[in-house]
Amino acid sequence: MALRQKRGRLSIFFGMAPGVGKTHAMLQSAQREKLAGRAVVIGYVETHDAKATNALVKGLAQIPCRQAPSGERALDEMNLDAVLAWQPHLVVVDELAHTNAPGSRHSKRYHDVLELLEAGIDVYATLSVQNVASRADAVQQITGVTVVETVPDSVLDAAEIELVDLAPAKLIKRLREGMAYLTQNSELARADFFREGNLMALREMAARLVAERLARDTRSYTEKMQIHGPLKSGHRLLVAVNPGPVSEQIVRWTRRLADDLNSPWVALYVETPRPVARAAQAQVRRSLDLAGELGAEVITTTDDDLVRGLLRVASQQNVTQIIIGKPPGPLWRFFQQDSLLRRLVRESGEIDVHVVRGKDEPPAKPPRPWPIPDKSTGAQYLLAAAVVLAITVAAFIIGPFVGGPHAVALIFLLGVVVLGSLVGRGPSLMAAAMSALLWDFFILPPVYAFRVTHFEDGLLLGMYFAVALIMGQLTTRIRAQQEAERLREGRATALYLLTRELTEAGGLDQILHGAVRQMEAAFKAQVVVFLSDPPDQLRERAHPASTCNPPGEEQRIAGWVFKNGQRAGKFTGNLPLAEALYMPLKTSDGIMGVIGLRFRQSFPPTIHQLNLLDAFMQQIGLALDRHRLRAVSERAKLLTESERLSKTLLDSMSHEMRTPIAIIKSATSNLAEIKETDLSGPQQAMIAEIQEATERLNRLVGNVLDITRIESGHVKPRLNECDVSDLVHVAVTETEQELAQHPVTVDIAPALPVVPMDFVLMQQALTNLLSNAARHTPPGTAVSVNARIENESLVLEVADRGPGIEPESLTHVFEKFYRGTHAPTGGTGLGLSLVKGFVEAQGGQVRAKNRAGGGLMFTIRLPVDRIPPGSDETDL
Amino acid sequence: MSDTPEKMTTVLVIEDEVQMRRLLRVCLERNGYEVAEAATGEEGLAEAVRIQPKVVLLDLGLPDMDGMIVLKRLREWSQAPVLMVSVREREDDKITALDNGANDYITKPFSTGELLARLRVVLRHAQPSTAATVFSSGNLQVDLTTRTVKISGRTVKLTATEYALLHLFVQHAGKVLTHGQLLREIWGSQDVQKTGPLRVYMAYLREKLETNPAKPELLVTEPGVGYRLVLRE
Repeated sequence: MALRQKRGRLSIFFGMAPGVGKTHAMLQSAQREKLAGRAVVIGYVETHDAKATNALVKGLAQIPCRQAPSGERALDEMNLDAVLAWQPHLVVVDELAHTNAPGSRHSKRYHDVLELLEAGIDVYATLSVQNVASRADAVQQITGVTVVETVPDSVLDAAEIELVDLAPAKLIKRLREGMAYLTQNSELARADFFREGNLMALREMAARLVAERLARDTRSYTEKMQIHGPLKSGHRLLVAVNPGPVSEQIVRWTRRLADDLNSPWVALYVETPRPVARAAQAQVRRSLDLAGELGAEVITTTDDDLVRGLLRVASQQNVTQIIIGKPPGPLWRFFQQDSLLRRLVRESGEIDVHVVRGKDEPPAKPPRPWPIPDKSTGAQYLLAAAVVLAITVAAFIIGPFVGGPHAVALIFLLGVVVLGSLVGRGPSLMAAAMSALLWDFFILPPVYAFRVTHFEDGLLLGMYFAVALIMGQLTTRIRAQQEAERLREGRATALYLLTRELTEAGGLDQILHGAVRQMEAAFKAQVVVFLSDPPDQLRERAHPASTCNPPGEEQRIAGWVFKNGQRAGKFTGNLPLAEALYMPLKTSDGIMGVIGLRFRQSFPPTIHQLNLLDAFMQQIGLALDRHRLRAVSERAKLLTESERLSKTLLDSMSHEMRTPIAIIKSATSNLAEIKETDLSGPQQAMIAEIQEATERLNRLVGNVLDITRIESGHVKPRLNECDVSDLVHVAVTETEQELAQHPVTVDIAPALPVVPMDFVLMQQALTNLLSNAARHTPPGTAVSVNARIENESLVLEVADRGPGIEPESLTHVFEKFYRGTHAPTGGTGLGLSLVKGFVEAQGGQVRAKNRAGGGLMFTIRLPVDRIPPGSDETDL
Repeated sequence: MSDTPEKMTTVLVIEDEVQMRRLLRVCLERNGYEVAEAATGEEGLAEAVRIQPKVVLLDLGLPDMDGMIVLKRLREWSQAPVLMVSVREREDDKITALDNGANDYITKPFSTGELLARLRVVLRHAQPSTAATVFSSGNLQVDLTTRTVKISGRTVKLTATEYALLHLFVQHAGKVLTHGQLLREIWGSQDVQKTGPLRVYMAYLREKLETNPAKPELLVTEPGVGYRLVLRE
């Protein structure tokens, strides 16, 4: 799991058109930030040598641009790696919508910016309204300029937007006065972009976009603060994506509606058995990607029937409104679409249906003549020709015996029908044409001449074509359906094989081997797998399961994919010049690695392939999850088992060692209490010695067991609210005998609150400190115990007036078996480490220091203000 | 210490260590008790049914079954006082045992004097009380009918809660009461972690009843378990 620092903040200086002063405003803000002491660098700025702007650049560190070769000239691009290496607080990046030179890491500059944000760097950027994805259409309608460089709305959604405004008349004046570079900007100038009417419309658009943002921010603020405000609309929109070119417009339209209604939206593509051309598939993919960028949930589904599929997903997703496009087209297509719309409206029940007309489609490509492309091969044409020729020869020979030419015509017709059911539309038509001509030439009198004399003969010829057309069409459609079915079947099988392999796999390596094998087969591609070295590094070596070993620069791409969790490489927008397509391997525990596919096909993966790829990645992720969870649970089981064992061992040790001590103690106490037998003085003295030694042994055993418990983590404090003075008094009473020769003063601050602690552990800690003082200080010296509250902590001090210890020993006194140089014999060397263990187990700390005026002082601090955590070892 | 021997009171010792059993037998018999022994939990339960002991001395750490289970099985039919024998680290076990009907506990290693004193207390409680309306221990006197509390003859005013608390201690004089028991009886509380009010009221009571509240002699703390009202002549 990659560890991420805080994401950077994006501020966009937003204006209606080039020239309003966005760059200027951005640099002014950057200068202010620099004055505030932040590290500000310029990643890329286009000053156009404007005097005022040039002045603002001064004093800001500028990262030199990267020279990207493009054709014969070199283009200046922001040096992303240099900025990342610099690690500034804030970077200034002009022209957010810029398209990077080919060969750059990302195809778009906003991708660079996203990576900077991901790295925790704040970014200032500029953007004009015409470059906002959802507004590009409108701008085109108003100004007639086609906008190619767009930034998805999702980038804006996460940014702070600052509107830089200027009255259109002033802008025009400014342009005339000197900012010549804008009027030189050929494209915009040609299109008469800077007309006052245009600018007014653009200004309104920019202001509205910012206003919408404000309204949304207010809305989310009231929601967050739970201020009672207007209720959410409760709408859920669904936009049907189809392969038509207007579908992107419809998607944008839906996004605007969703924004207005403040409702979530879904983009749906229904895959039907009708084959879709590759270009159209790319169109669908683009529309779906756009929808994803604009914030939609993207769904693709498969159904025989478009309307049924639409409504099924709509009801699953609780959609309230469906948006569908009405592409302009020839009349017959309109009717086809029309019946579809009629059905949708009729069957949609409670769901509203919006039919949106795509606007001013660029001159439509001629509609394809046939709804289903014919995939007949040359062999089929040859077969058709051969069959017709054979029939002709046969008919020529047997014709005279079977009757008139019309009987023979039936044989030809049979041939056409049979062919029609075997081959596609093209060969069928060819067969029909050949049959007609040959029959006319060889059979129909006058023989050896292309002449039709009777109307019925003409009719017959027409029949050939009609039959051929119908049969061929049917066959082609069945073929197409079979093909689609076969593909779907193939995908289902591939997925089935994968899941089976993954389920059967026993370990990580087996999972990856299985996954690679199935991916190779399903995508006709070489596969490379990189795994992460926990937690946030991608291993440089490809996993042994890989079937290709990409060069070093490709590994860097894989590293980027791992860090950013996005696809990159061939056929994507990021680093498209790579050899392979790299995808992050996502699991519930973060990204576990990267899988790269080097396709053998040269065209981009179809939508089916991409869907299947998504499914594959998901399955592999799930398998890795399963594997990880299994490992975790096994480890946990092992841990509890070993914990249980060591606890049992400790308990039995405690019992075994204590029992003989208990017996000795009981026996000697019994002996000491014997009254009848008069024990002599020396005998009584000996009993006293035994008793004292027993006490000492008992304490030692207790200490050794306690330290073992602490070290093996078996000390689980039970925090209860405790009375501090009670605690101190119990400890003092306990050590009364040991401290009999020391004057003990107890000073407890008045009105102490109850403090959450484990009474027994704290009492032992205090008792140990007091006996420590008793043993290490000469008789007659004072010992004091203080308790008070200080900085939300309970402070307990045990201070003596003994010799103190050497300063260098202060940090060592809590170590196990550490004994001061002047320590008297008889201690275990464990007392103070037990104090430390007991106190720290409760989240407290203990320190030792020499007192001014001689003596040693131990200070225990325990946090006061905490809720005693619920413990599973409750008293009941 | 052994000057008031109970006349032929039967003590059942359930203890797995043979040496400990021998020792306890010598000690107890010398103090006038009749002793029965059992080495395992099963044996102990059978023996308890057979001889109907006046008091049971039960070791918590038995080899065949948990002492706690022996206690529970015993409590199913017998009200004979049970004195648990435990080691220091097992505060939780002590509390559980007390809450499950054990009358008191004693921590290993113990001296015979301690053991005999505890035995006397649990036996005293087992005898049907002769409706004594005035309780006294040391300089404390509690008249249960008039609800008056006197220290060295001087009347002490207690609040309702303080009196309720003291009354509970008097009813179980000499016996340890767990935090949980006290909280449930006085405050009806289920959350045994929230011992705050109990600590506070104990401090009040000590302030009013103890000669030196810093060194309580009547209401002593049993670390990690609860409190005990000490019986004095």
